[in-house]
Amino acid sequence: MKKIFFIFLFFIISFKNAYSLIKVDITRGNLDPLPIAISPLHVDSKSEKLSLFDTDKLGEEISEVIEQNLRSTGLFNPLKKDSFVQKPDIAHLKPRFEDWRLIKAQALITGKVLVKNKKLKVEFRLWDTIASKEMIALSFTTTPLNWRRVAHIISDKIYERLTGESGYFDTRIIYVAETGPKDRRIKKLGLMDQDGYNAKYLTLGNELVLTPRFNPTNQLVTYMSYFKNMPRVYLLDIETGIQEVVGSFPGMTFAPRFSPDGKKIIMSFAKDGNSDIYTMDLKTRVVEKITNHPSIDTSPSYSPDGKFICFNSDRSGVQQIYVMRSDGTQVKRITFGTGLYGTPVWSPRGDLIAFTKVRKGRFYIGVMRADGTGERLLTENFYQEAPSWSPNGRVLIFYRETKSGAKGEGFSAKLWSIDITGYNERQIKTETDASDPSWSSLLSK
Amino acid sequence: MRFSKALRNLFLVLFSALMISACATAKKEAADPLKNDVYTGTETVEYLANGVPDRVFFATNKFSLTTAARDTLRKQATWLRKNKDITVTIEGHADERGTREYNLALGERRANAAKDYLMTYGVSGKRLSVISYGKERPVNPASSPLAWSQNRRSVTVKAN
Repeated sequence: MKKIFFIFLFFIISFKNAYSLIKVDITRGNLDPLPIAISPLHVDSKSEKLSLFDTDKLGEEISEVIEQNLRSTGLFNPLKKDSFVQKPDIAHLKPRFEDWRLIKAQALITGKVLVKNKKLKVEFRLWDTIASKEMIALSFTTTPLNWRRVAHIISDKIYERLTGESGYFDTRIIYVAETGPKDRRIKKLGLMDQDGYNAKYLTLGNELVLTPRFNPTNQLVTYMSYFKNMPRVYLLDIETGIQEVVGSFPGMTFAPRFSPDGKKIIMSFAKDGNSDIYTMDLKTRVVEKITNHPSIDTSPSYSPDGKFICFNSDRSGVQQIYVMRSDGTQVKRITFGTGLYGTPVWSPRGDLIAFTKVRKGRFYIGVMRADGTGERLLTENFYQEAPSWSPNGRVLIFYRETKSGAKGEGFSAKLWSIDITGYNERQIKTETDASDPSWSSLLSK
Repeated sequence: MRFSKALRNLFLVLFSALMISACATAKKEAADPLKNDVYTGTETVEYLANGVPDRVFFATNKFSLTTAARDTLRKQATWLRKNKDITVTIEGHADERGTREYNLALGERRANAAKDYLMTYGVSGKRLSVISYGKERPVNPASSPLAWSQNRRSVTVKAN
């Protein structure tokens, strides 16, 4: 609620001549999306032709990616381009603000693209049409193949300037790509851009893989694999493809995550019917036992400062969420509501914990404060679980499964995201069915 | 007179209601072999040897062995004691109605409950290995209480 108020406040400040244009109902947590005009980027006529794609269309395509990103937040309303009066090149030099105001645009994005010496140069400007002022002007030079990334970085800059929060568009999702019948599912590690593009697969599907998670620099992934029928936690370098088993535990290890400094992996180890939480230091290989309890202790997740761990335990009789110091002391139960609680994940801001809740046969994704108070359920469904935070702590991605018929027909698993306000629920398109998503941090910091 | 007629009518209504509910119960049991949330049928069961079922079933989120499960495991133990060269893997499974990571732990717990019982009946732990599949390998892919009950299982599989 505070955040929305903040955004609201920001709009008032930045468009201070236009109180009457912005209508925000704070009490319902609903925000009228800001009308924004995204002019196609002008392609400089001096641009070289490229064999891989049509340079002439690059300006339009980049502006479309920006448009899609901004629309997906639910905070912006990109206006239809056929109502634009000014030509992209002129608008980029000197917008006629009264024209843009006429179509109710409160912000305007313009830009220019130049391909020269096999380099792509993208310039963009963000304008406040009410105050008739430039808000940002930046340019990037990169290899032309990176054009989508440039569009994501520009989207982040715009989002940051207009909301006061860092963005989450120049990010990737690691997830499990699923194919095949429900009782013989084939699972591969999938990696894609946050908007579903540039998908590739990191494993072949010969063995079951589950629950991949990025390290803080997004180069390593920890996940669980049934390679050689030995369910173990693995570490994979996504650039080199080199992978290794984490530790030499005499039994199943699962539910891995990195510590916020990236130095340790925290996970569960199951032996003789009892699962406890362990850490392994990746450099020294020192293994530490963090919990020691005859119940199931799993799904550990560090607080961003590394001082605390939230986890899932059934020591009370049913699945509940607990918080302890990172050395395993001062264990405290934080969920007391009716139903079961699982998959706690600490927000990158440190203030909230997202979770899955099961009540009366329905599944909820929710958030609460780190002490367990202020529980808010964001979405309810037949089956959904495993939320993962956007790097700015504003959006959650999770997976949802549908109910299947007598032969497993009608079954699907898809990735969804929702704002922590409870608004803007939407499906993220994937080539195949998908589960266990994990959001990277911003690739360019 | 009027009173007794009313009483008779009431009796009739009650009687027919009882008959209907009895019918409903009988029908339900035939279609739904579930007792206290545990599967009691044989539809998915395979046999390690004549009269030796390969699997036992569990209640939701539980790993305790029912009387029927203990009976099945005693049969498995007898068969294993007779066939000393056979080693087995005990696969623990959960239904699709729980979070993935918890279900992995739960499957491991169920497989170990079966393993412990076999060991109590004289089978060496060296011949018994366990693996949990969590909810990854349902035997019945339907989303129904019956399918879920068939999927909450521990299965003893010949490993050699």
